[in-house]
Amino acid sequence: MKKIFQSVMTLAIALMMVSCGANSNNGSRKAQELSGAGATFPLPFYNVVFEKFAEVNGDAVAYGGIGSGGGIRNLRDKIVDFAGSDAFLSDKEMKEMDPVIHIPTCMGAVVLAYNLDGVDNLRLSGDVIADIFAGEIKMWNDARLKELNPDAELPAEAIIPVFRSDGSGTTFIFTDYLTKVSPTWANKYGAGKSVNFPSGQAAKGNPGVAGVIKQTKNTIGYVGSEYAFAQKIPYAQIQNMRGEFVLPSSKSISAAASGEIPADTRCSITNADAAGAYPISTFTWMIIYKEQNYSDRSKEQAAATLDMLKYILSDEIQAITSEVHYAPLPAKARELSLNNLKSVTYDGVSILQ
Amino acid sequence: MNDKLYKILLFVTALLMPIVCGGVVFALVTDAYEAFEHFGFLNFLTSSEWSYTEGDEHYGALPFITGTLMTTLLALIFCIPFSLPVALFVGEYFKGTRIAAVLSTVTDLLAGIPSIIYGLWGFYTLRPIIMALNISPQGSGILTASLVLAIMIIPYASSLSAEFIKMVPNDLKEGAYSLGATRAEVIGKIVFPVAGSGIFSSYILAIGRALGETMTVTMLIGNTNNIPESITSTGNSMASIIANQFGEADGLRLSSLIAIGLILFLITAAINMIGKIMIKRTRIS
Repeated sequence: MKKIFQSVMTLAIALMMVSCGANSNNGSRKAQELSGAGATFPLPFYNVVFEKFAEVNGDAVAYGGIGSGGGIRNLRDKIVDFAGSDAFLSDKEMKEMDPVIHIPTCMGAVVLAYNLDGVDNLRLSGDVIADIFAGEIKMWNDARLKELNPDAELPAEAIIPVFRSDGSGTTFIFTDYLTKVSPTWANKYGAGKSVNFPSGQAAKGNPGVAGVIKQTKNTIGYVGSEYAFAQKIPYAQIQNMRGEFVLPSSKSISAAASGEIPADTRCSITNADAAGAYPISTFTWMIIYKEQNYSDRSKEQAAATLDMLKYILSDEIQAITSEVHYAPLPAKARELSLNNLKSVTYDGVSILQ
Repeated sequence: MNDKLYKILLFVTALLMPIVCGGVVFALVTDAYEAFEHFGFLNFLTSSEWSYTEGDEHYGALPFITGTLMTTLLALIFCIPFSLPVALFVGEYFKGTRIAAVLSTVTDLLAGIPSIIYGLWGFYTLRPIIMALNISPQGSGILTASLVLAIMIIPYASSLSAEFIKMVPNDLKEGAYSLGATRAEVIGKIVFPVAGSGIFSSYILAIGRALGETMTVTMLIGNTNNIPESITSTGNSMASIIANQFGEADGLRLSSLIAIGLILFLITAAINMIGKIMIKRTRIS
């Protein structure tokens, strides 16, 4: 008798565990499968986040790193639950779509990686970077580079700038910075995911650019910080608005967002006026529709999408950003985002209370 | 009954291919239409500007057409001194011997290597050599891409050429020998004239392969969107600009990329057609 009782109990417990596995952690809805697409820049971070999210919440998230532009295209076609983007939508792009909200997920930066014999501590300023990429400063021993690096032995070799051949959020952040610090750059080339760089050579993706720099002497190029940190490529200190020379790090990147942030979090924080701020820093966003009932999505799917975003904004996940070579969001940005999530509706009824 | 079913099945599968091909052309033309309409077909072909400035976009295919033609032609030139001797070795001098079999197998193996491997080899081995020889400071460019492309197309050119060289009738060659011709004279005056259009067509097919090669070229050409000034400077090919920019492109740029795809499709189709016609001509003679 006792034996039967035991086995019935075991079965019951086993069944409970199975049913738990199929439900989200609070048991109020079925586990969902979410899909998103977009920026490759935060991909390593998202992989960790989604794995953890599946563990704690039971919802599976599939994310395709197809580039920010592709992600936004998919969101516009309403075939994904969210898009990842390194660049926020412009007012014009916002007008062309149904209302969306931007939720920053973490921070990163663009670093200037270089390959220069005998120099391991390069210092650069914004206008010098702009002139190097514009082909105005051609030699490593140029007077303006010498002035910034009085102690370095700069060789009399031609500078080979390396840039991205594919459209990229990384290029956008970098050129957005150059546009702010150099009027000549702003007039001639401007900011964008693809820019007509006048000199040097191009390679595909962060690995492509980093590979060319590693393999070619006298090169300099811009690479996503998460990639440069993980690969341990030498990168330059950059002079920020306050005149300090700053190396990119989780701390100096987060410092760039210590200033004012607009309510919808759509802002560029390059060349930020803050102490200790690394000047080419950025948020990366997830973008979702304000009205979640589209393309036959269920209310549960909408709830899962919001759960995921809330999870990303949690202390637990923000704490791991620096482990995977990103930087945590400042408290202000998280507060604004949690507030913005409350405005998300399903059939006009707000999902979060 | 069974026979009839078989016939229908064959008919359907045979019909499917032209439909797929037609579908590809149709999709390319409809999606490329916007670019052709905006810039004009001729202007699109001859404009060398590729500029993304929002509100003032200009896309022209000339830099990429030039890049593709330059890499392909150079690859062809570099490939001939290797592929032609291999073809003669296998098809004439050592015809039917074991060493010829080994050589032709090894050459054919080159065709089976994935293009990314060629790209990596070019990037990590050939590029540093080009830099060390002071040919160009950054190592990548038209020349580097062409050298690797040449190796890639050798098997296509040599194995088909060898077949045509083998097909030269023995009577003709023996006739020449009996008149006291040396081997070189036989090759120059009998083998080449007889197998000539066949050899030509095998090179045409090799060109077809070089034209569309994407991965290797993208890794080695330097990806700059202007007309290359010399063979050591960087450039971009039609296939590699598409591979590079498709992900983030939309609107007019997407349409322009598809238009470049259409042009590449037409060039490749035309070249393959010429090759096929030449092969047919050899068979008849």
